[in-house]
Amino acid sequence: CRGAATGSTRTTAGPAWPSPARTTAWSPPTPASPSDTTSSRASTPRSASCKADKCVIASSGFQGDIKALQKNLAARELLYQHQHNKRMSCPAMAQLLSNTLYYKRFFPYYAFNVLGGLDSEGKGCVYSYDAVGSYERTGYSAQGSGSTLIMPVLDNQLKSPSPLLVPARDAVTPLSESEAVDLVKDVFASATERDIYTGDKVEIVVINKAGTRREYIELRKD
Amino acid sequence: YNLERRENPYVTGNSVIAMKYKDGVIMACDTGASYGSTLRYKSVERIKEVGKHSLIGGSGEFSDFQEILRYLDELTLNDHMWDDGNSLGPKEIHAYLTRVMYNRRNKFDPLWNSLVLGGVKKGPKGDEKYLGMVNMIGTHFEENHIATGFGNHMAIPILRGEWREDMTFEEAVKLIEKCLLVLLYRDRSSINKFQIAKITTEGSTIYPPYALKTNWGFAAFENPSKGAVGTW
Repeated sequence: CRGAATGSTRTTAGPAWPSPARTTAWSPPTPASPSDTTSSRASTPRSASCKADKCVIASSGFQGDIKALQKNLAARELLYQHQHNKRMSCPAMAQLLSNTLYYKRFFPYYAFNVLGGLDSEGKGCVYSYDAVGSYERTGYSAQGSGSTLIMPVLDNQLKSPSPLLVPARDAVTPLSESEAVDLVKDVFASATERDIYTGDKVEIVVINKAGTRREYIELRKD
Repeated sequence: YNLERRENPYVTGNSVIAMKYKDGVIMACDTGASYGSTLRYKSVERIKEVGKHSLIGGSGEFSDFQEILRYLDELTLNDHMWDDGNSLGPKEIHAYLTRVMYNRRNKFDPLWNSLVLGGVKKGPKGDEKYLGMVNMIGTHFEENHIATGFGNHMAIPILRGEWREDMTFEEAVKLIEKCLLVLLYRDRSSINKFQIAKITTEGSTIYPPYALKTNWGFAAFENPSKGAVGTW
């Protein structure tokens, strides 16, 4: 049955554990060649890290849990490399992340993740998660405190066909790399306006067959 | 697991502020420890040396800080016993403390502290200065300047505005004192008795406590009831 998701992204609660959620957003892959994925998340460059061959995880939520989760995944990825003599593919990492999150189903990692990279065919892929591991491959996604501000804009701009269509149509409007990056900058600038937790800086990671590129864009600091 | 127990801090230490400077890391705090709203202890050392390369500053529950010092003693003792010419640097100590704090939080039995870890150690790129913090819920990071407690609200804005790479020790002390003074004026649990500590490749120094000069000579304080109408 089609993508679970929804009911996910809680905005941050008050007390004991969580620290303010950052916003993580994904933009769509481009069509033919080169296919790429743009990923970004606001604020200090702590939540995105390089995993596997061409795979990046961006996490929003409680920093302590995010660090623990990413450390866990990094360790597992290294083990995989030792055991299989190759790097983990993005879909493999996607499943691992889901399993890792579900392992703590009854004391979850307070982390809202988006995984992005290139699949084994070299096409861009985006996987979006809730805190307990339910995930879906999509063309684009946003997680975190500003996600409710960003997702509708992405939906509108990327002209996703109705999920009710049979047969299922591919999610995303093809965009060039510069269009995708511009869209990401725009949505983050918008989210920064109204979400108090989003702002200061955004890190944009672009992955395509040429390699991986990072850029940091300033956002409103208030 | 004790899912019900909610710890409350009893004897608590105030803010710790720290920053990197040209030769290493400088750290400062006051020497008071409060028991709720009572200023119970006035000569408490809340900055301690750890191994050869680091300093730790602790705010929050003081007994938990002492416990952490015991853990660090064990850690550094074992490290010393290896006798292999290697010693734990600030980065390693910080990572260790992070794991301790996070794991205690996961057991609903936190060490009620905000810890500041600073130091210098020779690395592949020469002398590497390190400064980080970890708190009771396991949130941790590295920065050029750190503050805990009220320092987050009062000292960090000053440090963000005025901190520079390669400050001399004298400049760093001036900036630290500026932050300490703001905290003294505005944080009701702070006292006018401070300790500054520094750590460089030569080693660490924790200076004896001293007081800052405060200025209360404002017209409104001179004669508070002048111009008052009625009971106010």
